Amino acid sequence: MEKNKQIYLDHAATTPMDPHVLEAMMPYLGPEFGNPSSIYAIAQRAKQSLDEARSDVAEILGCTPEEIIFTSGGTESDNLAILGVARANASKGKHIVTTKIEHHAVLHPCEFLEKEGFEVTYVDVEKNGIVDPEKVKAAVREDTILVSVMYANNEIGTIQPIGPIGRFCKKRNIPFHTDACQAAGALDMDVNRLKVSLLTLNGSKIYGPKGVGVLYVKKGINIQPLIYGGEQERRIRPGTENVAGIVGLAAALNFAQERREKENTRLIRLRDYLIKGIEDRIPKVMLNGDPVERLPNNVNMSILDIEGEALLLRLDMAGFAASSGSACTSGSLDPSHVILALGEPYEVAHGSLRFSLGKDTKKKDLDKLLEVLPKIVDDLRAISPVRL
Amino acid sequence: MTNKDGENWVYSETVKQHFFEPQNILKGDPEEYGADGVGYVGSPACGDMMKMWIKVDKLTDTIEECKWQTFGCASAIASTSVLSVMATENGGMSLDRAMKITPQEICERLSGLPDRKIHCSVLGDKALRAAINDYFKKSGQDERIIKEKAKTICRCLEVTDHEIEEAVLEGKQTWEKVQRETKCGTACGGCKGRIENLIKQYKLQYFGEE
Repeated sequence: MEKNKQIYLDHAATTPMDPHVLEAMMPYLGPEFGNPSSIYAIAQRAKQSLDEARSDVAEILGCTPEEIIFTSGGTESDNLAILGVARANASKGKHIVTTKIEHHAVLHPCEFLEKEGFEVTYVDVEKNGIVDPEKVKAAVREDTILVSVMYANNEIGTIQPIGPIGRFCKKRNIPFHTDACQAAGALDMDVNRLKVSLLTLNGSKIYGPKGVGVLYVKKGINIQPLIYGGEQERRIRPGTENVAGIVGLAAALNFAQERREKENTRLIRLRDYLIKGIEDRIPKVMLNGDPVERLPNNVNMSILDIEGEALLLRLDMAGFAASSGSACTSGSLDPSHVILALGEPYEVAHGSLRFSLGKDTKKKDLDKLLEVLPKIVDDLRAISPVRL
Repeated sequence: MTNKDGENWVYSETVKQHFFEPQNILKGDPEEYGADGVGYVGSPACGDMMKMWIKVDKLTDTIEECKWQTFGCASAIASTSVLSVMATENGGMSLDRAMKITPQEICERLSGLPDRKIHCSVLGDKALRAAINDYFKKSGQDERIIKEKAKTICRCLEVTDHEIEEAVLEGKQTWEKVQRETKCGTACGGCKGRIENLIKQYKLQYFGEE
């Protein structure tokens, strides 16, 4: 193997920027520095680019440009959706329904709201990592003011049945939010078909820039801002706009949606090749999540009897970037809440390994991985006293 | 190298060396190895588990061989490996000395570990003590066995000194932080003084500061 050439298999963490996206952004990082709120020519040119970007995103989402709010990223969009809708509607009720496998950008604001006197129901998922829409419906009460269920899970890639949940919420007139950050490059983003009233997406998972996100807020939804200080983004998200980032995000979303179908077919083939390859070569492994209702680029396996961080470091040394749900890699002492929510014991979560493929991933990269991984697993199992 | 926030997992060269080339691993069937003492600590559910086998030189009362297996992260593997070297180098460590090895000493030999790694991954000293105790038991030296006892400090919430020790090792180094972590002293609060003293003691013991 060429030295120092890393094979990047962590696209669910973040993606490299598409050179075309960078090119689209460059003018706004350089000469086109105007503030879109001002009235002279350079500012109006920035304003025009901002409007175009907003229209582009709105077209892909099937909404009006006014319903697009640009933010600083997925985490802010999720926070704005959860905190903003809950606080603006608190007089109608103080109950929220979400699931146990949401991203922390949804779960942590929910936990924070519990301290403010809200009640949150965290619905269980099934063994395959998919929530049963009937259980979400059953959790909804008279005083429910928000339902939030992610479109596709970031760790195990499971695609959630948000259509049926959306239809139910629409009938009951309850705002329904979905975090679509992981789904944006692979799935249909039309908010009318999805029946969502709020949708989060960001640039950094679709070969766009980091530090920029979108919250779609359907007309008529009551939402309270998190910050104050200007007229931008209909006062829901004031502050001088990140023009370069927004232009980049719009370009990235356009590219992603254009190549979506072709790329999905290619990635699904590679994904299933890798899953089968690991299952064939390594004993005592299990696929986390659903084999079919799964993002085209997500492979998440638990490798029993060994711990994820040790695996990642050995893989890194061998030239592969991946991620794990082990506690040691989480920044806290707890292993992945998603794997635990599948009903798996802690030791399975500690041994989970995620490979997320991307547009530059080739079959030969996976062949190299399949050559190296069994040896690493053998080595670590040889020094492990655990035999699950 | 030690990161107070525990956010980074930057490892020293020594850690890397012992992680990629661990020393004294027990290969093959443990039964056939014929150890004089066996000890283990942790569980895979906690994310770390280690098992240690020792052979004792009965004449000199020193450790002749120290073999191990570990389920855990890089620092768990490296710290057990370095401990096995410490226990057997220079003709072998005396059992009395080996009973007193601290996580701090192991960390020093590794040129430091991130704070939050110390508590969860440096368990080798406990596994080694368990193995030596097992040897004492098997060789009829029961009077030499030293049990690790936990003392209840906060009676209302039943928080032990071990839990406070672990909280300090995780980087919770003030009364407020330890309280948030362990819920100690949240009922009557009568233990506050004793707990503050313990925090001071553990900070001194593990981090060399008050």
